[in-house]
Amino acid sequence: MAEKEYIVIESGEAAQPFDYAVGMHGSKFFTELRDNKKLMGVRCPKCKMVYIPPRGVCGPCFEEMKDFVEVGPGGVIGTYTILRFAFIDPETGQQKPVPYGYGFIKLDGADTLFQHYIDIVDEKKIKVGARVEAVFADERKGTIRDILYFRVID
Amino acid sequence: MAKRVAIVGTGQTFHKSHRPDVNGQELINEAVRAALADSGLKMDDIDAVIIGNMDHFEGINYVDCWSVDGSGATMKPIFKITTGGTTGCTIAIGGYHLVASGAFDRVLVIGWEKNSESDTSGAITTAFDPVWDRLVFAGAISGLAAEAQAYMARYGATDKDGARVSVRDRKHALNNPHAQLRKEVTLDEVLASPMLADPIHLLDVCPRTDGACAVIMASEDVAEKICKSPDWIWGTGNRHPYAYLGDADYGRLTSMKRASTEIFKKAGIKEPRKQINVIELYQPYSFAGIIWIEDMGIVEPGKGAEYIGSGATDMGGELPINPSGGVISCNPIGATGLIRCAEAAMQVMGKAEGRQVPDVNFAVSTGFGGCWWTDMVLHGKKKPNY
Ligand SMILES: [Zn+2]
Repeated sequence: MAEKEYIVIESGEAAQPFDYAVGMHGSKFFTELRDNKKLMGVRCPKCKMVYIPPRGVCGPCFEEMKDFVEVGPGGVIGTYTILRFAFIDPETGQQKPVPYGYGFIKLDGADTLFQHYIDIVDEKKIKVGARVEAVFADERKGTIRDILYFRVID
Repeated sequence: MAKRVAIVGTGQTFHKSHRPDVNGQELINEAVRAALADSGLKMDDIDAVIIGNMDHFEGINYVDCWSVDGSGATMKPIFKITTGGTTGCTIAIGGYHLVASGAFDRVLVIGWEKNSESDTSGAITTAFDPVWDRLVFAGAISGLAAEAQAYMARYGATDKDGARVSVRDRKHALNNPHAQLRKEVTLDEVLASPMLADPIHLLDVCPRTDGACAVIMASEDVAEKICKSPDWIWGTGNRHPYAYLGDADYGRLTSMKRASTEIFKKAGIKEPRKQINVIELYQPYSFAGIIWIEDMGIVEPGKGAEYIGSGATDMGGELPINPSGGVISCNPIGATGLIRCAEAAMQVMGKAEGRQVPDVNFAVSTGFGGCWWTDMVLHGKKKPNY
């Protein structure tokens, strides 16, 4: 039987240069992260919820938000999983290396959860409520990867 | 004043993991022909068409235009609705709105997917924010696993409680010739299956499926001429929270609570557990079968596992859930929500054959998707009194 041929839709050597804007709130977050290793949230003037990532509008209240507050870098695991199945990462087109810890971190001072990697060097310590802190990259470029992961400090 | 709306016919393909024998249009056509045959209508009788799928899965963007040969919509009004996993239920709600408006008497609603044609987890990830949410996200399973962990921490449930739901749905699927997976499993087999994302095992989750479903809706002016005992739509609800994945209250499906509260209030349903006779729940993994029925108000928060364990939601129990075998047995994603709707309609119309629940007065079908969204339809045997 002839080998199966797939139709491959690709961009050849070219990357796909999406040019996403993060807005003023996102810019504040990423510059503070890059320059000062600070995590910035934003507070709603009406319901007082502190959001991370910071964004311009509180959805439920439909109110504009401008009141930046520093949150973290410590917090607790709000919830998590450990990914063990392989899948194609659309960011790279390659299989994502597994296993990895996937966490929703309740940063000190924030009301929403912040999604990032959790170090799973000691799986037994990964629990809802476990105390964690952000580990920052030495060389920071103003992206979400400036945080390498969160690690359990209990 | 809105027109009352009824479902007068449904059709489905025989869903399979891979249908290389047909392309997308041809797959759609199978379901459309089945729905027309079920209702006794011809394509000429259809006034408008709504179609939906997860367009990033197949990478075909103008599905409404591309599919007309299969859908029968050549030279008719057709448009696409796509809302992620909820798509199949949102198109049902869209069909309801079109008919209720009085603008169209007979509307054909089509949901379909060929999941075999791309990488599902990779494609789902592209539905999330590229700057904030994609780095660690791993498709539907990662978010669902995070929900299950949060629920277990809050209410003390175990992975065995989740597995019990999977055992139920996989057993029910034996009664449904359209389901993709029709094999009974034991609790031990679920718990021994490979761990995908803690605490979710392979046998806790839905498969990837190729399949299509079509539903025909008619206004009260014509419904009973087409079908002696149609399935009346008593209410629809649609709740879409989400800006970022971390905004959700993990362990609770707030959108389900809001949608069901609205619909049950409208229909005068005070004790859903007693007044609803069957539920087709869009339940992509086992733990949702515990958590989301609590949010629907069937049982109190934290009591879901006990209720499932009692057998109350098995066939023959107080409130059978997923007589079709549910999403765990079959998941052509853009069709999945509409299959729930079609199966609920079949229960009300007495057409569910080997999976029929006796004496169905009220049935509920739901859709789930994206980031903790709920779409929901209440179906009834009697014509609504409003
Ligand atoms: Zn607010």
